[in-house]
Amino acid sequence: MTPEPRGGQAIQLDGLRVTFGDFVAIPDLSFVANYGEIHGVIGPNGAGKTTLLDVVTGKTKPRAGRVLLDGAIDLRRLTEPQIALAGVGRKFQKPSVFEALSVRENLELALRLRPRSILSELRGWGDPRRAARVSEVLAEIGLTERADAPAGVLAHGQKQWLEIGMLLMQRPKLLMLDEPVAGMTDAETARTADLVRSLRAPDRAILVIEHDMAFVEEIADRVTVLHEGSPIFEGRMADARADARVRAVYLGRH
Amino acid sequence: MAGAGLFRVVAVVLAALTLALPILGGPLAGTSLGVSPYLANIVGQIATFALLAIALDLVWGFAGVLSLGHGLFFALGGYLIAMHMLKAGYVHQGVVPDLMTFMGWTELPVHWTLFESFPYAALLILLLPGLVAFAYGWMSFRSRVSGVYFAIITQALTYVAMLLMFRNDTGFGGNNGMTGFVSLLGMRMGDPSTAVWLATASLAATLAAFLLCGRLVASPFGRVLVAVRDDEARLRFLGYDPVWPKLAAWTLSGVLAAIAGALYVPQVGIINPRSLSPELSIEIAVWVALGGRGTLSGAVIGATVINVLKFWLTGFAPDLWPFILSGLVLLVVVGLPNGLADLRAPRLLRLGRVRHDP
Repeated sequence: MTPEPRGGQAIQLDGLRVTFGDFVAIPDLSFVANYGEIHGVIGPNGAGKTTLLDVVTGKTKPRAGRVLLDGAIDLRRLTEPQIALAGVGRKFQKPSVFEALSVRENLELALRLRPRSILSELRGWGDPRRAARVSEVLAEIGLTERADAPAGVLAHGQKQWLEIGMLLMQRPKLLMLDEPVAGMTDAETARTADLVRSLRAPDRAILVIEHDMAFVEEIADRVTVLHEGSPIFEGRMADARADARVRAVYLGRH
Repeated sequence: MAGAGLFRVVAVVLAALTLALPILGGPLAGTSLGVSPYLANIVGQIATFALLAIALDLVWGFAGVLSLGHGLFFALGGYLIAMHMLKAGYVHQGVVPDLMTFMGWTELPVHWTLFESFPYAALLILLLPGLVAFAYGWMSFRSRVSGVYFAIITQALTYVAMLLMFRNDTGFGGNNGMTGFVSLLGMRMGDPSTAVWLATASLAATLAAFLLCGRLVASPFGRVLVAVRDDEARLRFLGYDPVWPKLAAWTLSGVLAAIAGALYVPQVGIINPRSLSPELSIEIAVWVALGGRGTLSGAVIGATVINVLKFWLTGFAPDLWPFILSGLVLLVVVGLPNGLADLRAPRLLRLGRVRHDP
């Protein structure tokens, strides 16, 4: 893994259309997240933010449109595990860690060194590369001292960091965080902002979906405001606050 | 892991029993230390129940896949060994099986071919239940049927098998099942030494399965199983396809249950469709729940405690059994969610602490 500075598009959505029965969640969306950037996606409830993540991760199949990772990999043709292995990491809204396993085991599990097979899992996790990567990530997410605690006993914020750490194990090209600071204390939110900022890398795009405007303003290089499945603004957060349409559909309701 | 000490204790006890039983029931039989064939038989039966419970704990306790139809695999193993014993008795000793008489057959149908060979029957005991488990698991796990829906379908499937086996025309003895076994591997049924050897084999198989499953769940594969149980979606979005680990554990579990059935039937001398009734399948889940899920040792302890109680009670108050079993279920649901393991860490204390928390 050579971290080459690349710029360019990590994920590209073209003419995306998503429907659930008669309900059109996303009518026609085109969207790009670039390498090296933290991209915030905001919008009121039902704006299609989580649907967007569902489409990228393969959970929801769109009716039409293209989903390209790295300008070349057509994610619509891949299954959920294949998409994850192709370099897309997604943090769920609700902390999703394996509670019965220790912090360290959660991270070990998240790294796939060998080709995927049950037999390779039987052979053990003794690979020194795995141990080294686990230590790195433990330090990154600040949980080195809790490494051997069961994930189930962690505080809410720590679980969120652990889940982000699990995604980091695979060095994702695209890291998508669904409301990472929901339910966090102010101190935890501040630490999460530091963590997310520290994850910005030339070979990585970070997509953050959030309700907390202050948090987005603090971390995002660029924001997209979604409304009923369509982007109504794209640019800097400060400009979004001043935009008349954004104020009407989003800030007005707050 | 907190259960590591208990695991070792259970393994040592199983190993000690496996080694001691041939001596206590053999040369020492009849002395004050000796074990009667009757007692050996009960120990052997309970060992097969423990094996059955280990099989269920592997999928339920670790991978979170509850089966209420493990009686299906148990019965499959039982029917296959019964077919071997009847066919061998017919071919070698000329004993005509009852079901031939009441079906009016002059010879056994074509699917009984080769069953006089023990290696052939043994191979089928491993392959057929494995194949059934694999096919059913593959269809269910691939379509993401899980939780209570999966459990209900396992039970329905087992019930269908029971109805099928109750029919005389199905050709497996119908309502009467199969009985009147003459011998197994040269050991005559009814001999005291046969009871001791069958019980010893059951203990050895249970010990082997216990150690094998213990190794499996301690490996990274076991952690993947636990991850399936805790959050299957998270695992999928980490790049694992949960279908394969689930299918591997499920198929192994089906095979272990079939081995238990194949060891059980020679010891009780009969197999009939009642092994496919919901009662047995649900009872297996109760053994595991009472002993404590996800520990393996809990499965062995639960199966042993409940069945010792059952053998003892059926001696003088068989009518009480359903009430006692239901009572145990209630006890687990209300007071001991982790089964008997909760008795070691007093739950009342923990409840108290939770209440004091704001």
